[in-house]
Amino acid sequence: MTLMIKEIHEFLNSLIAYVAIGVFLVAVSLIMWVFPDTNILDYGFATMEPVFSIGPYVFMFLVPAITMRSFAEEKRNGTLELLYTLPFRPWEIILGKYLASFALILFSLLPTSIYFYSLYLLGNPPGNLDISGITGSYLGLILLGGGFVSIGIFSSAITENQIVSFVLASFLCFITYQGFGSLASIDVWGTWAYYLDQFGIMIHYTSISKGVLDMRDITYFFGYIGLFLLFTHYVLEAKR
Amino acid sequence: MSVQVIGLTKLYGHQKAVDDVTFEAQKGMITGFLGPNGAGKSTTMKIATGYLSPSGGEVKVEGISVSQHPLEVKKMIGYLPEHNPLYLDMYVVEFLKFIARSYGMARHTQAVKIREIIELCGLPSEQHKKIRMLSKGYRQRVGLAKALLSDPPVLILDEPTTGLDPNQILEIRNVIKTISKDKTVILSTHIMQEVEALCDKVVLINRGKLVADKSLDELKNVSADTHRVEMVFEKDLSPSILEQLENDYQVEKSHSHTYVISSNRTGIKNELLKFTADHSLPLVSLKNTGGSLEEIFKSLTQNEKAV
Repeated sequence: MTLMIKEIHEFLNSLIAYVAIGVFLVAVSLIMWVFPDTNILDYGFATMEPVFSIGPYVFMFLVPAITMRSFAEEKRNGTLELLYTLPFRPWEIILGKYLASFALILFSLLPTSIYFYSLYLLGNPPGNLDISGITGSYLGLILLGGGFVSIGIFSSAITENQIVSFVLASFLCFITYQGFGSLASIDVWGTWAYYLDQFGIMIHYTSISKGVLDMRDITYFFGYIGLFLLFTHYVLEAKR
Repeated sequence: MSVQVIGLTKLYGHQKAVDDVTFEAQKGMITGFLGPNGAGKSTTMKIATGYLSPSGGEVKVEGISVSQHPLEVKKMIGYLPEHNPLYLDMYVVEFLKFIARSYGMARHTQAVKIREIIELCGLPSEQHKKIRMLSKGYRQRVGLAKALLSDPPVLILDEPTTGLDPNQILEIRNVIKTISKDKTVILSTHIMQEVEALCDKVVLINRGKLVADKSLDELKNVSADTHRVEMVFEKDLSPSILEQLENDYQVEKSHSHTYVISSNRTGIKNELLKFTADHSLPLVSLKNTGGSLEEIFKSLTQNEKAV
């Protein structure tokens, strides 16, 4: 907890958080309201679909930008030694960093609830909106963000270099989100294609986005987050 | 409260950074931890503070093993790492608050304790600055304040005075001396005056191996059986004279016109004076060089011979 507060303070004192959140909001707003191909005003349906279909791709850059410094910078400055010799348990350190980054992601999603309200009023009649679908999609995006943060933290633990961490995290996010599904669509797997597809995030994300809360999807996300945090732990322990 | 290092070994790949080192540091004493650069001092300290894990052996603080109960031990240790890493973007007070919270200090004692420590470490004028803005000396004080904040019974300080100016060194030494009375302090350094000024006991390692583990007085006596005299002449000695000297002593030319002459007999100073008078050599100066800690350090770490 102490650590999480320190991390959040660090975010607020650095430019990265503001830039990342700002860029995220501008990008999402442009997609939703301005760009002719995707804006809902021309589309004619009161839906937040554009936000949620583009959201994961924006997160692929937003999340690594937020997490890239978490361990990498501590390593470079030698402060990891400081942290590990204070009376924290190793998992407290990892979880503190994880939760701080995750909180920031939640915070960046918060302003998009204005869109929800705008849509609510724009609907004809007002309030004619797939509320459960949108709630499900938000939950999906939050879980997806949580998964991406765990990848970001892991990538940051591997290296001292923030750029390497950023690129690696973006790549891993992309592979886990879309890569498995795309690989599965190659016609060589036979019945294994189904299982390969299940490894990817996309299938679980779309399932939740429909507003169907399946325990299997939720379990998938938590397992996924747990796995990468565990990897992070091993990577950090191996170097000690 | 004591710190025991028992058969400690640390491998980096195939290289032994620390090789079967055993010593103990007692309460109320300052143990000087000496060795040339790369001897394994920092590695030993990093293991003792729970940052690195040992490849073999263990470190016990008050009988509690660091590797088995890291959290308990970390609470008992105040540590100033080498190079003194700090969060440069934090303000001094903010940083100390973070440390206080991580030790689980109660909220109302935090502020009092932080004020005390800032006073003790001479930081009042800098406390509202960002650590990034501080000079090296002040950063070192912040590091020391961090180590002292939780009032730990054991202090491990890795080269606490490197990079400071002479006045700052004195001040930091005074702080260490003041607070060490009822604590176990292990302090690494390669400044010999520091050892003489501060330490009660010396542990010397070289290339990962323990070379000496003695009180300061004992260590000084070690060298008493070799006597060295440094002689400076107006010009270099002639080969025939040198040959005569080399029959009786070990002679080593250290600079031009300067010779270090040593023997294990006592009274070589008088002998040599007589020798110079007999041969009417142009002597400029003559002094004892043996016995200083620098010499001991040099002889112990270069010969790799255990004492």
